[in-house]
Amino acid sequence: MTIEDLQELSEQEQQRQSEKKHRILYCSAAGCVSCGSDNVSAMLKTKVKEHTLEKECEVIGTGCMGLCGEGPLVKVQSDNILYQNVDEVTASQIVESHILNGKRVEKNICDTSAPFFASQTKIVLENCGRINSESIDEYVAALGYEALGKALTEMQPHDVIEEIRKSGLRGRGGAGYSTGLKWGIVRKAHGEQKYIVCNADEGDPGAFMDRSVLEGDPHRVLEGMAIAGYAVGASQGYVYCRAEYPLAIERLKLAIKQAEKIGLLGNRILESQFNFRIDIRIGAGAFVCGEETALIASIEGRRGNPRTRPPYPSEKGLWGMPTVINNVETFANVAPIIRNGSDWFSKIGTEKSKGTKVFALAGNIRNTGLIEVPMGIPLRKIIFDIGGGTPEGQEFKAAQTGGPSGGCIPNEHLDLPVDYESLLAVGSFMGSGGLIVMDSTSRMVDVAKFFMQFCMDESCGKCIPCRVGTRHIYGLLDKISKKKATQDDLTLLEELCVMVKETSLCGLGQGAPNPVISTLRFFRHEYEQLLQPVETYLGGEVEVADFEK
Amino acid sequence: MAIKTLTIDGDQYSAQEGETILTVMRQHNIPIPTLCHLEGLSTVGACRLCVVQVEGIPKLLPACTTRVEEGMVIHTATDKLKKYRRMIIALLASEGNHVCAVCVANNHCELQELAYQVGLVRVRYPYLFPKKSLDATHKEYVMDRNRCVLCTRCVRVCDEVEGAHVWDVAGRGINCEIVTGLDDAWGKTETCTSCGKCVMVCPTGALFEKGVTVAEMEKQKGFLKYIITARQKKEWVSFTDGQ
Repeated sequence: MTIEDLQELSEQEQQRQSEKKHRILYCSAAGCVSCGSDNVSAMLKTKVKEHTLEKECEVIGTGCMGLCGEGPLVKVQSDNILYQNVDEVTASQIVESHILNGKRVEKNICDTSAPFFASQTKIVLENCGRINSESIDEYVAALGYEALGKALTEMQPHDVIEEIRKSGLRGRGGAGYSTGLKWGIVRKAHGEQKYIVCNADEGDPGAFMDRSVLEGDPHRVLEGMAIAGYAVGASQGYVYCRAEYPLAIERLKLAIKQAEKIGLLGNRILESQFNFRIDIRIGAGAFVCGEETALIASIEGRRGNPRTRPPYPSEKGLWGMPTVINNVETFANVAPIIRNGSDWFSKIGTEKSKGTKVFALAGNIRNTGLIEVPMGIPLRKIIFDIGGGTPEGQEFKAAQTGGPSGGCIPNEHLDLPVDYESLLAVGSFMGSGGLIVMDSTSRMVDVAKFFMQFCMDESCGKCIPCRVGTRHIYGLLDKISKKKATQDDLTLLEELCVMVKETSLCGLGQGAPNPVISTLRFFRHEYEQLLQPVETYLGGEVEVADFEK
Repeated sequence: MAIKTLTIDGDQYSAQEGETILTVMRQHNIPIPTLCHLEGLSTVGACRLCVVQVEGIPKLLPACTTRVEEGMVIHTATDKLKKYRRMIIALLASEGNHVCAVCVANNHCELQELAYQVGLVRVRYPYLFPKKSLDATHKEYVMDRNRCVLCTRCVRVCDEVEGAHVWDVAGRGINCEIVTGLDDAWGKTETCTSCGKCVMVCPTGALFEKGVTVAEMEKQKGFLKYIITARQKKEWVSFTDGQ
């Protein structure tokens, strides 16, 4: 396949789509599938067939449409009408009333002019919910693989790296290292083989950004990886995806097969000298394997334990070779940057944090779902405008970003712009993009305990501070929440948190105490309310560990 | 090879490029506690006892894995570091069932020595008293997981020096355990050569010879250096040289 063939494929597909009078899109991402979109799509298809509308109307499964809390979602693309909470009855009405008679099903119409939709800026998610997630033709028709073609024909590898560097794109996995710099290091590093690894081991509780991108627009990630491969001189890529995402893995497999079939992956891509293959590696359910060195160990077939850095994977990564490891969302940003240029990208966002960020809104919030906003947007706007605030008149209390390594952000910091530096300044962390909202019904000690239990269970056990430290922090939090602790325990807890943070080997241990430290910083009174005066403690029974129970 | 100059605790030292901070410290007899590190085995940087403060770097770095750089200013024994080391040993003490008075390794135990060294007088964390298993199926040796500190020296010596790879770590977090074979009984594993290297490198009484009783399990520490120098330099050093 040449660039011209690609162009032709795109035109053919656009032509095919324009011949259809109606395109009915249903969300086929995991969220909507779990609340019955399979039945809805079956009904839509049956009805279309029943009324012999196949020629003018197609029913298509797309990626996440965003408003997961109101699913299953169905969109009639031609009229730009979004239906929410669609069941089989509504589905048949959509075909019989809307498509056949032009009468919309008013009770299920979702207001797409609401801030949830209007305040978003979509780059990573531009195709999610718009194209068939299982069709490479539709991706190509939506300017897919154009960036890869541009890179291969018009740009030298170092131009690609320079373009990415100038765009200001930073790692979306959370730490925010400049993607262009990382690629530059790998390009310069010596190694007979280099690798591109896509980290799709999204494990933060309440986070589903990467899953949605992989389910909704897998080709975008593959294209980003191929461009990275061209830029750094790698011919092999791996997507490390967690086994808990079967749908994402299925779509990725299909996407790789489709791309290989038409010569967009494999040998001599687009008739150039560039070869690039992508394989999938499936994680076995360890959170720590999202840490890059543990991920590498896992791909190599070893126990997923992190190791000390340096050497960084950019110098010594997979099988000791220079390796680019980026998050799904980082790779998803690559194609649009190459296509539209770095200037376009760097106009979005703040001075140090460019572009957009995808967040998964969860917790006590009205609009649960997936959103993409420009960097630097105030947190208040995300939670109250886009998210619709807390439900049933409960008072907002705090928002947790960065998952178990992040921290909570209370009301007084809500006007904080969401970017890497500002979040760090208030003791939180960008993380991969989970945003959990808590209202006045949440007890902060329990929140901290929940995250600590998660870290304790997910610790690999290699280094002592994380292995034993998280266990004791959990024990102390448990004791406090059961009103059996004293001031001494609180002191012990604080000392231990700082020590685990400073001495642990990898990011999991170093970040594990953050939820405790940040809840202590903003909600210390909630801890203190639960403490017992020392006298009661002396009279009572001394607690011994109950971990074995 | 380039020579690097660095400052450790106020004194200047020179080191060869590629050496670790720990190597330099050992060469000049600057004391620093270590547990997972053992000369002759690969470094894992897991026990975090040897963490040091390098000026200009916000994070603490383990001396065993950090390579020297020109002009490094290193502090190895600040009050904070000493406190952290004490806390690490206290965490270990609370994690397992370490009862010196009835232990085969009493008076020959590195954990015990470390506790003295870091000045541990009291463990403030609740003892976890785990119910770990003991494996006495091997004809010569016994493994008592209650005394294991998961330093993985046995795992590494068996894999890297003996080449048998009998040992591994199973489980995660606080439930980690060393296992033989594919979690088979030690006596049933076909890969074990009964060489005893794992027993000799074990810092505590977790691995010991059958037949010894309290305080009798003294480990021959010189053997590893003996093997490694013999292999690498074709020189035969005294077996009892110690480390």
